[in-house]
Amino acid sequence: MNYRLVAVAFAVVALFALPYAIAEPYYVNIASQILLYAVFALGLNILVGYCGLVSLGHAGLSGVAAYAVAYLLTAGYGHTVAIAGGLAAGLIVTAGFAALALRASGISFIMITLALGEIIWGLAYRWISITNGDNGITVNTRPAPFGLPLTSAVSFYNATLIVFLLAIAGCAVVVNSPFGAALAGTRDQPRRMNALGFHVWMIRFWAFMLSGLLSAMSGVLFVYYNQFISPQALALTASAEGLLMVISGGAATLLGPVVGAALVVIVKNVVSAYIARWNFMLGAIFVAIVVLMPEGLVPGTVRLVRSGWRLAQRSKSVRAAAAPIAEPKPIAEPKA
Amino acid sequence: MSALAVKNLCKSFGGLRVTTNVNLAVEPGERRLIIGPNGAGKTTLFNLITGEIAPDSGAVLLFDRDITRTATRKRAHLGMARTYQIITLFPRDTILHNATLALLGLSPLRWNAWLTLHRDHDLLARARAALKRVGLEHMAGRSLAETSYGEKRRVEIAMALAQEPRVLLLDEPFAGLSIDERRDVSELLKAVPRDVTVVMIEHDMDIALDLADRITLLHFGEVVVEGTRAEVVADPRTREVYLGE
Repeated sequence: MNYRLVAVAFAVVALFALPYAIAEPYYVNIASQILLYAVFALGLNILVGYCGLVSLGHAGLSGVAAYAVAYLLTAGYGHTVAIAGGLAAGLIVTAGFAALALRASGISFIMITLALGEIIWGLAYRWISITNGDNGITVNTRPAPFGLPLTSAVSFYNATLIVFLLAIAGCAVVVNSPFGAALAGTRDQPRRMNALGFHVWMIRFWAFMLSGLLSAMSGVLFVYYNQFISPQALALTASAEGLLMVISGGAATLLGPVVGAALVVIVKNVVSAYIARWNFMLGAIFVAIVVLMPEGLVPGTVRLVRSGWRLAQRSKSVRAAAAPIAEPKPIAEPKA
Repeated sequence: MSALAVKNLCKSFGGLRVTTNVNLAVEPGERRLIIGPNGAGKTTLFNLITGEIAPDSGAVLLFDRDITRTATRKRAHLGMARTYQIITLFPRDTILHNATLALLGLSPLRWNAWLTLHRDHDLLARARAALKRVGLEHMAGRSLAETSYGEKRRVEIAMALAQEPRVLLLDEPFAGLSIDERRDVSELLKAVPRDVTVVMIEHDMDIALDLADRITLLHFGEVVVEGTRAEVVADPRTREVYLGE
């Protein structure tokens, strides 16, 4: 039996059972938030972790999707049209982002995505006829897929969980595919990849589109979760927070962004209830991660467990070597 | 018909002329050695041939097909493979994965985002076969970070050979190798079948001399001497470039 498969099945069951274990709607909502931010971080991780392209404008992509949903709903369209429109808007804007930003890499890439993200934020803030400016747009309803309304905390959590599972399974498939190998290759050795016959730009473009799709999905979840969207959700801090999730959890790993999202959301919502200066707390945690586990929480923990295991093995073998040679056991007398 | 032809190729970096009116015609199956002292423009010539930099003027032809404006990646698909003087491999991955990427580069499979790469037994078998050609099959699963410099050189060559090129460009394949390793790489290159045209850059002509059919001597971006091994070695200008007057 495949241990990994068992672990995944166990985790999925545990995630579906989670709202019944914690019961309190407030905490179920926190769990939903973690999952929707995890989808965002997974999308960002495709670019940051697997492509080596750091984006500081990703909140703009999820924001466009969220605004499109809100706009279509207030215009009187149904949820199906609104969600499809939201994803489509997110993808179209992603294609524009990619076309402009992929002309560069490294610091220039960061600066272009930052600028593009700020343009989206500026539009949300100033294009009042569509976005309602600083007041934002309120969404009064949540969809009811297959006749199941998502109004309660638990039902919304379940819907978010399904989207999250699709997102992480999709990421797992892509990352382990030939295309995923090509992606990581363009991160580590773009020049060689080009000489080997790979279309580096196109590979990055499709990775950007996948990243944008996941961001748009999280944007749709975001607007339905909060039932409200305002320019604040598109601000630079939101993009930076996503980046912190990816880096603190562990870039270029599947679980890293999920752990990072959990960390940020918990500190923001739960710790802030006890500590007024929760921002300081978050900062201190990141400093600790950078110092102790610069590769991120998930790979860092794996490393610690492995070295701990090796240490245990070694001390065992040292003890065995140091032990005096045991007296040969007397041969048992044959029983009569 | 030449396998690889370069016509009146020129390239300047600012005021520095690194390639000046270079003409080359390499016959199919030929082993051509390009020698020259440091800064002669050998690697620049390779970068112009593979398209990693664009020439100011002149043309590059692959089997009579003008590829001067063809993208580097497309030249790979047309049968051109190269190795790098400075090792350019994928350091986070295994040797096998490095070879697999070389095969993937020319396979339509590279756009496939839903299959699992490490379950593609056909591709992996071909990657193993490529490693076998350079004698690294036994350490296919080893991480590249744990291999020696000489082994990395051989991975470079394995990746180029894996693509089954028609024209193979080797940029100082012996650079930094010990005497034993040089002999190994030399044997390996001698075993390359004759339907592959090989163009090799070497800084130190003694090592690569017996691999070459013809030799081109480059100096300050210009072709100074070209001819058979004996002709170039006997030419007084070779002596001048390498030893000074």
